[in-house]
Amino acid sequence: MTKAIAADHVGSTTAAAGSTSGPTLKRRRTQAESRGRYGWVLLAPFAATFVLFLIVPLAYALWLSLHSRSITGSQNWAGFDNYIRVFSDSSFLGGLGRVLLYGVLQAPIMLVLALVLALMLDAVTTRLSRLSRIVAFMPYAVPAVIGVLMWGFLYSPQLGPASILTALFGDAAPDLLGSNLVLYSLVNIVTWQMTGYNMIIIYAALQGLPREIYEAARIDGAGGWKLATQIKLPLVAPAVVLSTVFTIIATLQLFSEPKVLQSTRPDAVPADFTPNMYAYNQAFAYGQFNYAATISFVLGVVIIIGSYIFLYVTRRRSGLHD
Amino acid sequence: MTDLATATGVRAGGAPHRVRSTPSGGRARRPMSIGRIALILGLIVSIVYFFLPFWWLGVASTKSTGDLYTSPSLWFADGFAFFENIARTFAYQNGIFFTWIWNTILYSVTSAVGATVLATMGGYAFAKYRFRGRKVSFAILLGAVMIPNTVLVLPTYMIMSNLGLVNTIWAVILPGLLNPLGVYLVRIYGQDAVPDEVLESARIDGAKEFRIFTQIALPMLRPAIATVLLFSLVNTWNNFFLPLVMISDNRLYPLTVGLNNWRALATIDGSAGQDLYPLLIMGSLLAVVPLIIAFLAMQRQWQSGLALGAVK
Repeated sequence: MTKAIAADHVGSTTAAAGSTSGPTLKRRRTQAESRGRYGWVLLAPFAATFVLFLIVPLAYALWLSLHSRSITGSQNWAGFDNYIRVFSDSSFLGGLGRVLLYGVLQAPIMLVLALVLALMLDAVTTRLSRLSRIVAFMPYAVPAVIGVLMWGFLYSPQLGPASILTALFGDAAPDLLGSNLVLYSLVNIVTWQMTGYNMIIIYAALQGLPREIYEAARIDGAGGWKLATQIKLPLVAPAVVLSTVFTIIATLQLFSEPKVLQSTRPDAVPADFTPNMYAYNQAFAYGQFNYAATISFVLGVVIIIGSYIFLYVTRRRSGLHD
Repeated sequence: MTDLATATGVRAGGAPHRVRSTPSGGRARRPMSIGRIALILGLIVSIVYFFLPFWWLGVASTKSTGDLYTSPSLWFADGFAFFENIARTFAYQNGIFFTWIWNTILYSVTSAVGATVLATMGGYAFAKYRFRGRKVSFAILLGAVMIPNTVLVLPTYMIMSNLGLVNTIWAVILPGLLNPLGVYLVRIYGQDAVPDEVLESARIDGAKEFRIFTQIALPMLRPAIATVLLFSLVNTWNNFFLPLVMISDNRLYPLTVGLNNWRALATIDGSAGQDLYPLLIMGSLLAVVPLIIAFLAMQRQWQSGLALGAVK
């Protein structure tokens, strides 16, 4: 356990300890120990909720996935039966394929947009850029359910601007919420909701860069474009990595948005549209809680593996020091 | 403290000599370069895109059911049914909408305040105390940040069901107390913002650990605490999956689940259901406005707060 102190703080503790009337080594150690114990006192309430609402449910999900419910209602050991079923279940695999396709589209579109916007906002400081920073962030405050309600109306051929399409194509107008296009429409909804949030994270990182770098670059004759792509971009890479990890986690979990669309367009968004919807349906429409827990668990493992692979590929300092 | 710099449009170390396309965006008039025009156009396009649904929502909230179909979607109709729509929204199903607003406030405020208190204590403990098992605990915590919360919803439902807590407010509030990312943020911020020397000298003066935490550390941690609170609030306010699973009594719904229910009703009822559209639109507007106001009011707060996770 080394102390976390920046170089200029080194020795502060020893100096402080030396300034007292030289307590014995033993007493100092017990003091430090009791102080360390106080760390646990502070951490205990969080640790309790952590165990109750994360460790226990996770362990319970694992336990459920390894059992199956008999007709009499007792839980019997099932080994990997549920897992074998999940990996051969076309509903689950289809849903997973769908969210992967959705993620491959949504994550890059949104993150590139967020990055470009953040660089633009960092390059000009005017009333216009301040306004666009606020407006771009506003959708983040809109609950997903309401975002889908709003866009659902906007996509509607009678009620929204999409009626322009109807005017252009007549009866052949593309059905934006039909089974062919609904995935792309979802990409747009979530991009609208989350771009501003990611933009702010990247923008905050840009604002934190030391200004001397810009001076030096300018003296070297770097223009705005060069500055953005060759200097700022590499420096804010950790923030982009962070955003990407959270985006991966979010895309694979897709639930709320398609769940709301399901009530209006069950033809385009079936109950097994995403793995999470499928798990929900298995639990609450069929009472298959063991199987639902297995689906959730497998999805969780897929998400964690995906996040770690991404973090491993883009290995960077996490900003933690001990 | 770039806040001040951006707020005034001046950059620390501002440009002494004017060169085209300097990153320091002073107010000085510069010759309009192609790049600058492209920047301004890009910003305008982004404002239009992000604002369009809000504009539509505001305009549509003034229309009756008939006007929704007959008037241009992005412009006002001749009639003005705004107040009538408000009255209808609050009157529908014996004024259940008001109950939903109250539930949403109750769930999100209690969850968010609780989560923030726990995360602040935990994050400060990780930042400033060397206790046994600290490294292992923190590694577990970091792993937990990665765990998708939807994985936990179904087993949590079953646990709550065994405890007889399903369909009570606790089934929504208690799981919302968990915020591993908040602990992480407070730790990251606290390890530099609360200097060890200050704590040491307070100890030499004989201050007790708890007093040091409340009197000395808490004020120093304020930006991190505000950020954690704001994001906990948004997360719980916007929560849908958890209450959808936990709550079956519609008098306990939060706004998100309630409006989703109305949406389903409007679909089931066919043409009669279209009469619910103004209620859905007005309900959405009323659910969104408080958050937007909170965001605008706390702008300075979240912008500096988000830098916590990003700068490192």
